[in-house]
Amino acid sequence: MKVRVYVSLKNGVLDPQGRAIHHAIEGLGFSGVSDVRAGRLFELEVDDSVTDAMLDEMAQKLLANMVIENYRFERVAA
Amino acid sequence: MTFRSAVITFPGSNCDRDMAVAIEQVCGGEVHRVWHGDAALPEGLDFIALPGGFSYGDYLRSGAMAARSPIMRAVVEAAGRGVKVLGVCNGFQVLTEAGLLPGVLMRNAGIRFVCREVALTVGNNTSAFTHRYFKGQKITIPVAHHDGNYFADDATLDRLEGEGQVAFRYAEEVNGSARNIAGVLSEKGNVLGMMPHPERFIEAAHGGIDGRALFESVVKGLVGA
Repeated sequence: MKVRVYVSLKNGVLDPQGRAIHHAIEGLGFSGVSDVRAGRLFELEVDDSVTDAMLDEMAQKLLANMVIENYRFERVAA
Repeated sequence: MTFRSAVITFPGSNCDRDMAVAIEQVCGGEVHRVWHGDAALPEGLDFIALPGGFSYGDYLRSGAMAARSPIMRAVVEAAGRGVKVLGVCNGFQVLTEAGLLPGVLMRNAGIRFVCREVALTVGNNTSAFTHRYFKGQKITIPVAHHDGNYFADDATLDRLEGEGQVAFRYAEEVNGSARNIAGVLSEKGNVLGMMPHPERFIEAAHGGIDGRALFESVVKGLVGA
């Protein structure tokens, strides 16, 4: 089974990379984009024994830095 | 009594030799070089230094992988016993990721890598790392980093300031750090993380010697001088 873990910056945390990407999008001539926040996507291949509690622990101990980031995950049917 | 120290080398560390030389020259004693994959530290250490560099290629987040390497369990345990631990630059990032210091080092607010000498103000001159400076002393130390933008929530920042845990502040705009924080002490004061590189300013030939007092503090505190 595949699990997707999304890690994103918490609200209120400045995102200089997102801002630079936003600037670049505007530089390409696209209008109508009011904000960009950069984040990360992890795809984990796991077997059925991996519980949600284990995924929470992996995210909190490693994949996300809980000082500045939030995470959520979803299980994807093969 | 011989001063015993260790410099940890992670894959991608690049200031480990500079750090070892600075400790040898200013503190003297035995400097042990320790590899990240080792499970144990040498016995009876007084001081552990985590050097600058780009451990594990900054994969995931700066310092994140190194903070989970085998030797860090021993470093966390030694810090708990009161051994002095200094993290410079990437070493600071490793200490926050390992939970030995609060907060996090984010990408510089200006996006760019910053590599130059910066003016600092000494915020605390009573710690094991800073008692050879004057409080409020203006010093110059080089920085070289991409992720030096210190961030913590307001309650944490208030606590750090209230408890005298801000060791150094930037006296000029460098990277967007909250409240211009350049170096942070742990609650017990035996762990210091800082983005500027004191080991690069210990001889006149380096362009300055303002880093010396930090290493003098570490060794002089030991013998109570």
